[in-house]
Formats: sequence, structure tokens, C-alpha cells
Amino acid sequence: MTITVEAGKPQVAGGEPAPRSRPGRRSHRVGLPYLLLLPALILELLVHLVPMVIGVLMSLKALTQFSIRDWGAAPWSGLDNYRVSVHFDAPVGQALLRSFLVTVGFTLLSVGRCWLIGTAAAIFMQDAFRGRGLLRALFLVPYALPVYAAAITWVFMFQHDNGLVNHVLHDQLHLTDKPSFWLIGDNSFYALLTVSVWKGWPFAFLIVMAGLQNIPRELYEAAALDGAGVWQQIRRITLPSLAPVNQVLVLVLFLWTFNDFNTPFVLFGRAAPEAADLISVHIYQASFVTWNFGAGSAMSVLLLLFLLAVTGVYLALTTRGRRPSRAR
Amino acid sequence: MRTIRAAATGAVVMSLALAATACGGGSSTDGEGSNDSPKTLTYWASNQGASIEVDKKVLQPELDKFEKKTGIKVKLEVVPWSDLLNRILTATASGQGPDVLNIGNTWSASLQATGALLPWNDVNLAKIGGKGRFVASALGSTGAQGKDPAAVPLYSMAYALYYNKQIFADAGIAQPPATWAELTADGKKIQARGNQVLGAEGANVSENVHHVFVFAKQHDADFFTPDGKPDFTSDGVVTAVQQYVDLMAKDKVIPQGNAEYAQNQSVSDFAKGKTAMLLWQSASANLASQGMSEDRYGVAPVPVQSGAPGAGAQVDSMVAGINLAVFKNTDNLDGATEFVKFMTGDEEQKILNKAYSTIPPVASAQADPAFGTPANAILKDTLAKSAAALPQVADESQFETTVGTAVKALFAEAAAGHPVTTESVRAELAKAQQQMPAK
Repeated sequence: MTITVEAGKPQVAGGEPAPRSRPGRRSHRVGLPYLLLLPALILELLVHLVPMVIGVLMSLKALTQFSIRDWGAAPWSGLDNYRVSVHFDAPVGQALLRSFLVTVGFTLLSVGRCWLIGTAAAIFMQDAFRGRGLLRALFLVPYALPVYAAAITWVFMFQHDNGLVNHVLHDQLHLTDKPSFWLIGDNSFYALLTVSVWKGWPFAFLIVMAGLQNIPRELYEAAALDGAGVWQQIRRITLPSLAPVNQVLVLVLFLWTFNDFNTPFVLFGRAAPEAADLISVHIYQASFVTWNFGAGSAMSVLLLLFLLAVTGVYLALTTRGRRPSRAR
Repeated sequence: MRTIRAAATGAVVMSLALAATACGGGSSTDGEGSNDSPKTLTYWASNQGASIEVDKKVLQPELDKFEKKTGIKVKLEVVPWSDLLNRILTATASGQGPDVLNIGNTWSASLQATGALLPWNDVNLAKIGGKGRFVASALGSTGAQGKDPAAVPLYSMAYALYYNKQIFADAGIAQPPATWAELTADGKKIQARGNQVLGAEGANVSENVHHVFVFAKQHDADFFTPDGKPDFTSDGVVTAVQQYVDLMAKDKVIPQGNAEYAQNQSVSDFAKGKTAMLLWQSASANLASQGMSEDRYGVAPVPVQSGAPGAGAQVDSMVAGINLAVFKNTDNLDGATEFVKFMTGDEEQKILNKAYSTIPPVASAQADPAFGTPANAILKDTLAKSAAALPQVADESQFETTVGTAVKALFAEAAAGHPVTTESVRAELAKAQQQMPAK
């Protein structure tokens, strides 16, 4: 966009009367950037928008195994799929609501921990010391590992009979009366949370670390001269300076965690325990397990609307909160 | 400027071309089959051997043989079980699938309902030698009753009780148990010597369904009414499911750790001599690949409530097996039919079923002495006399997942030491039934 504006009036620069350009040439100049953007635009349409529109269309159809072969011809069902999804007194809506609440709780806990651990680690690593580079690299390993490989390793560790987790908690530390199940039953929530935090905090660490580089050292020096301790420096300088970074970081972590499919799917397979029934896996189940693709699409659209609303409100709140402080 | 413009035009043309191919790529996506590409076939095989590599080694020489004979090149892809059904659904929706594929025989009616598979009417069956070539029990699991089969049987399997001879001898048990009561009693003796009794895949949805289906049969109950409606909460079904879960919860013969098994760990446990017994379909090849030789285990029919295996309430196995289907929109209809004829021919049936320790569903191939070993005799006998096909209804695959998941949840309860009661079983099954498509 900016290129066009600049290309439109480069003549005024320097205050001298600009040489008059021919209209044909001008329109070329205006058109060229759009032309160059076109391939990206078309691909964006194809990769993102078209599937989304198709998803919305599918949500308005009664699309089951009987019509999947020629799904364009599946009967329209209006808002029926949505009605079933939000009918919270009936089994389908009830299950969706429960899965939604589990996901909200899980996301809040996971994002909170990721942010806390990531920020703490970044602040500890702020001052140079021997081996800092090595530690930084080590911290980023979970983020760099492919999700599948990492989650499968966790599956082995969480196994009841031979898993490392039970070996440490039960056999060595004697914290439990008997070995616990982590991949089935209620504990699966904590297993999922552990893997999610383990996988997510390095990203928070990376972003906060980058944000810390932009805080001028003089601020800390001045604060130290004024007698501020470490804790006060963190509270009064580091955290406020990180606010813009945190705004984006928390949002991105939230969206990723809320939508996470890979981790629960690799940990629990296609039948996730109720305690760890995240919404993305639940929607996958609704579509592929019961072969009701219309209902699955409707739930996806509802999820999209919810995330859009959360993002909008979040951005509005956090941006409004920050502006006055900047003006000062 | 000129070069930039040329480059820009080039980029636009390229992206448009990309867009066009992305939209309309591939072969014919709708309608009936044709013979547009008579020289190639794509074949999706299910994972029958110990690994996908094993399958490739077994199948490739046979496909080469087919190419030599007919000049048709078969592109093989072995699809893991965890992906197969989703891949088939995706192929059905997009029209971009294989020409020939393996399906779990229990999915036949569900996939038949999509209309994506070539119906084996009399004309088509005549091209591969007619219906009479196949064993009746195998044909019973190829689609809804009264409709042309959606697939033809390729490999047949049945459940049997595999027992570790050494552990049985050590515990002083002379005969494998023939009833569930005997199995529980034997379990006490086995446990007394420090061994685990019976392996199970508590978190494997399909295994769970296969077992509770048989238990339901033994209680004269069915998961579907005669007109095809789900009926998961009848007394018989509840008793059956509870009896299976009680093997862990009450009788304690299935170890609690097995509640989270879903990757065939129970087979490895048995092969390693950790558990004394295993209920499995045609396990010989699998056990051999894990280093357990045939002389170390015995094979017996799956226990019943009382008496001997037979029809009705004496059923002791589902009709397990793999069917071979043709995608209706194939570009090589004649070639696909020819390939099915090849795969169900006597020679290939003998070679492939030997490799996978399965039973040929083709009567003339069953006569081969290789299928007369004591283990195979029991499987053959079970298939012929005491095996029942899973419900052949359009909602079968949904039934497998919802009920299988319910049993998984009940096992999780049992493993956590919570009581499994008639009420909790009924509640879990009611939840499963509510998830079934509305009729």
C-alpha cells in the first residue's frame, strides 16, 4: 500500500515543480505494484480464503457419509448444524460445551505458565555469564523439535508400566501409593498441560529475550542509582517496557494453544479422555468419527467466530490501556 | 522497466496457471469408471504384516508377477490402520483415490453407503470367477444384506486364545480354558506364580468393539435392532460389556496397565512371556516376527459361557478379515477387475495368506495343506462354525468408534480402581448411543 502512495506523488519532493509525466506511464507505475502483489494474493485466496468459504458452505449442509461422494449435491440444512451444536441441553451440544470449557481452562493454564517460565528465563539470561549461549540454545530445543517426535517421546515417558514419569514419581520419590495413569482418565489433563507448556515456553522465552534487547541499559542504571532493587527494576522497567511484546506474545500463544491439535492427538489418539478433550480434537471426532461433516464444519465456524471475538476484544482492551501511557 | 513488466506478467501467468491446476488437477473426479489409463493401477494395501516394510516385501513380487502377466503396472502404497479409513473418506470426497484398495471387512456396509465403491453384482462377480469361489462366512461381511457386495473377501481371520505353554505347565494347568469361569480360575493359579494372566488392548477402540460384540452374542444380545437402529443399552448388551470390563475390574485377569494399551503392546507382552494368554486374530505371523516360535504357544478357541463354541449364544469370534474393493471412478476398470481376479486367484491366495498367517476366504485355496496346521484348523473351524459378522449397517464405523471409546473409558475407570457397576456401564453406553447419527 505505502509504495503506491509514494509512487503517486514523488514529484513534490524538494519543493521543485515536478516534470509532468505522461498519463499512460503513470498508470503503469500505479498498476505495477498491484500486478506484483497479484500472485501472492491469488495464492492467499487459494490457500486460506477458499477453504474457509467452503467450510462455511459445508456447515450449512447435511453432509454425511451418504452425500460425501458428491458433497456439492448434499441437501442444504440451513442453520440446523449450528442449532444442534449450541443446543446445550442435548448430548451433542453438552459435549461441545464441556470440551470448550476444558479447552478454556487448559489454555489459560498453559499460556500463563508458558509466559511465566519464558519471561523468567529470559530475565535470568539477560546479563552475560559463562555458558549463556549454550543454555539459550538448550532452552530452544523443545521449540525446534518436530511436535510428533516430541509428543511420542512423552507418550513413552507417561506410560503406566514402564514410563519414566512413574519411575521417578513412584519408584524413586515414593510420592504416590501406586503408579498413576497419565494417558487415560483424569490425569490426562495434567499430562497434556505438561507437554503443552514444555513445548510452548521456549517461544515465549525467545520473544521476551528479543524484547529485552530493546530496553536501554541506562534505565536500569538510573533506577539503580535511585535505589531500586532487582524486583523493583523488573516491575517498574522490564515489564512495562515489554508490554507491546507481551501483547502480541500472549495473543499468539493463546491462539496456538486453543487450536492445538497435534499434541492431544499424538498423546491420546482418536478417542481422547474426557478430561483432555480439547476442542480441535473434539471437532475432528464430530466430523470423522461420526462422519457428520456438516456438524463438524459448523463447530469449526463457531470456534472461528469465538477466536475472532476474543482477539478483537483483547486487542481493543490492551491497545486502549497502553495509549495513554505512551502519550505521557 | 521492460524487464520488470515482463517479469510481472510472467509471475501473474504462472500464478494463474498454478491456480488453474490446483482447481482442476488430477483425473476424473466424478461419475463412473472408465478405461482411460489401461496400463497403470494404484493399490492401497492395509498393513497386514509386522510392519509396512514387511508388507512391501510380501506384495511387490506378486505385483511384479501381475505386471508380467498383463502389462499393467501397479503402484503400491501400504496405508497404516490409523490412517486408512480417513484416507478412504478423503478419497471419496475428492474423487482422487486409488483404483483398488483393501478395507477392513467390518467397514463394508459403511463404505457401501457412500456409493464410492464398485458394487459386485453378478456381472462383475462373473469376471472374477463367480460368488461360489468364496466361503459363505466371509461373504457375510461384504456389505448390507440384500445389496450387491461392496467388496470381495481377500484374507480371513478369526479370534483364538493363544496361551503360553510354559506358564500353563508351571501353573499345573493341563487344558486351555474353554469357558470364562475356567479362564478366571486358571488366572488365579497363574497369578499365584507371579505371571500376568490375559493381555488386552484397553485403549484400542476396534479391539474393544470386537470383544464386546462377541460377549453380546454370548448373551443373546445385539447392538442394533433388526431394522438397523442402534440399541446399546439393552440388558444383554450392558451385561456383555460389563463382563468384558470385569475381566480387569472384578476378576483381575487383565492387568490394569493394559487399560492404556493401543499399539499392540499386549502382543509384545505375550511374545515376551509376560502374560500367559492373549485373545487375538490370526497372531502367528505377528508372534513369529517378535521372536516367539510356534512350539512355545498353543492355540485354542476363545472361551464361551458354557459348553462348546457354535452358533447363536455359542459364538466365540467375529468374522475378521480384509476385503478388496474397487473405487467406482477408476480410470482402469478392466485392469482393476483383472487385478481383483488375480489377487483372489488360488495361487495368490495361497501365497499371501501363508505370508500373513490368515485363512484364504477362497474355498479352493483353503484345501492347501499349509492351512491345515493345528492353529489354522482352529481358525478355519471358528470361521466356519462359530464366528458372526459385525452388524452390516451403514452406521457400523460410527458404532465401532462410539462403543469402542465407551469401553476404553470404562477400562480407564477400572484401572483407576473405581468401581464399574451396571449403572456406570449403562450410562457410558447411553452416551455412546447419543452420539450415533440421528435416524
